[in-house]
Amino acid sequence: MPGRPLVELDRVSLTYGRGKSATPALAETDLKVADGDFVALVGPSGCGKSTILKLVSELMAPTSGRILFAGRELGANPVRVGMAFQASTLLPWKTIRDNVMLPLKIVEPFRAEYRAKRKGEFRERADALLEHVGLIDFADKHPFELSGGMQQRANLCRALVHEPDLLLLDEPFGALDQFTREELWLTLQDLWLERRSTVLLVTHDLREAAFLANRVVVMSPRPGRILEDRAIPFPRTRSLDITFEAEFTQIVQALRALIVRTPTGGKA
Amino acid sequence: MNEVVRRKIYSAILIVGVFVFWEVVCRVFGISSLVLPKPSEIYTTFMQYAPAIAPHAYQTLYTTLVGFAFGVAIGLSLGVLIGSSRLAFDTAYPLLVGISSIPKVAVVPIFVLWFGAGTVPAILTAMIICIFPIVVNVATGIATVEPELEDVMKSMKASKMDILWNVGLPRAMPYFFASLKVAITLSFVGSVIAETVASNRGIGNMMMIASSSFNVPLVFAGLAILSFLGVALYVFFSLIERRVTGWALRKST
Repeated sequence: MPGRPLVELDRVSLTYGRGKSATPALAETDLKVADGDFVALVGPSGCGKSTILKLVSELMAPTSGRILFAGRELGANPVRVGMAFQASTLLPWKTIRDNVMLPLKIVEPFRAEYRAKRKGEFRERADALLEHVGLIDFADKHPFELSGGMQQRANLCRALVHEPDLLLLDEPFGALDQFTREELWLTLQDLWLERRSTVLLVTHDLREAAFLANRVVVMSPRPGRILEDRAIPFPRTRSLDITFEAEFTQIVQALRALIVRTPTGGKA
Repeated sequence: MNEVVRRKIYSAILIVGVFVFWEVVCRVFGISSLVLPKPSEIYTTFMQYAPAIAPHAYQTLYTTLVGFAFGVAIGLSLGVLIGSSRLAFDTAYPLLVGISSIPKVAVVPIFVLWFGAGTVPAILTAMIICIFPIVVNVATGIATVEPELEDVMKSMKASKMDILWNVGLPRAMPYFFASLKVAITLSFVGSVIAETVASNRGIGNMMMIASSSFNVPLVFAGLAILSFLGVALYVFFSLIERRVTGWALRKST
C-alpha cells in the first residue's frame, strides 16, 4: 500500500517569535508520508502536532529545513489540501449544501467553473458526499439546526469535496461525546477507504489514532521530535470490535507509556 | 406564539399607560400648558397645524435620509477597509475616535460657514454623526473572523478578497444592521440639531420658532413627529435585518 512519499519533512524546525521570547515548536523533524497513507500524530499538548499541519498546508513557513510534496519543494507546485478542525467552522449563514460547496467556489480548477456548475454537477457532487455520511436530508438546513456530530460530518464533506491530495485533520472529533466520536471514526474510515486520499490526523485520543491510522507517530514535548513511528497492523475494514481486543489495548498502552513517560515541558 | 402576543399587549399597555398617566397628572395638578401640555392638547394642536407641519417633517425626513445614505456608504467602506487590514486599523482608529468625540453640534456652525444655512449643513451633520457606529461595527465584524475559519480559507489558497467576500462581509452583516438601527436615530438627531441652529425649514426649525412664541403644544407635536419618524425607520431597518441576517437571530426566535 505505501507508495512513494507524497509528503516529506526534511530536518524541519519551526520557532515561534524571535529573540528572548522565541519558542521552539518543532526541532529537526523528519517525516515521510506515503501516497494514500493514513498517519496519526499524537503527543502531549504543545508538542508541535498542529504545527506540522500548518507547515504542510503552507499556513506557515518553516524556520529551517525543507518540506517536499511529491518530490518538489512546497510552493513549487500547488498542493490541494482539505482541512478540518475541532470547531466545525461551517458558515452559519449558508445551508449545509452551500457550506460543502464552498471549496469548489474557491479552489482552482473548480473555481473557474463554479458559476456554470454550481446548480448541476457541483451540487450533485456535494449531495453525493452528504448522502454518503447520512446528511442528505439536512442539505437545506443551516448548521445551527444540526447536532455537533452532524456538523462535523458536514465539515468532513467540506474538507473532501474538492478531492484534496492531502486531508489534514486537527482533532476533528475532540468536542464530541464518545459514541458520536466512534460513529464518526467509521464514517471517516469509509470515506478514506473509498477515496484513498492521504490523511494526516492530529489527535489527543490514542484509541482514535490506533483505530483509524495505518501509522501512529508519537512526538515528544516541545520542541517536538518524533519519538516513535509505529505501524498499526489491523486489516481494513476495521470494526469497532477491534478496540476491545487485547492487541489493540496493548498498542494503546504502549503509545500511552511513550507519552506519559516523557517529562511534559512547561505548557503555555 | 401566545407568549409573543402577550408581550406585545403588555408593551402596548405600557405606552398607552404613560400617556394616560401624563394626562391625569397634568389635569390633577393643573399644570400649565406653557410648562407641560396635556397629550390631548398636543394631539389637537397637531391636527390643527398638520398641513403646516407636513413640509417641515418632509424636509427633516429628506435631510436625514440623504445624510444617512451617505453615512452608510462611507461608514461601510471605511469599516471594510479598517476591518480587513491591521495596518489600516491601527493607523486610522485614533483619528476616527478623535473625530467622533467632537460634539456634532459644534461643527454645525462650520458647515454653515462653508455651505450657508439650510439643507446642506443638515445633511452633513446627519451624515457625520452616523458614520462612526457603522465603521466600528463593520470593522469589528470583519476583524473577528475565527482564526480556524481563516486557516481553512487560506489552506484553500483563498485570496484576501475571497475571504472578505465569502466570510468577512456576510459575517459583519448582523453587526452592520445592528449599527444601522442606532445610526438612523442618530441621523435624526443630527439633522434636527442642524435645523435648530441654522435653517429656516425642518422640524427642528419649527420647534425653535414655536418655543420662541411659547406655543409649547406645537413644540411637543414636533417631538411626537420626530419620535414617530424615528420609530418608523427603526422598524423598517429591523425588518430588513431579520430578512438578511435571520441566521444570527436564531437564539431569540
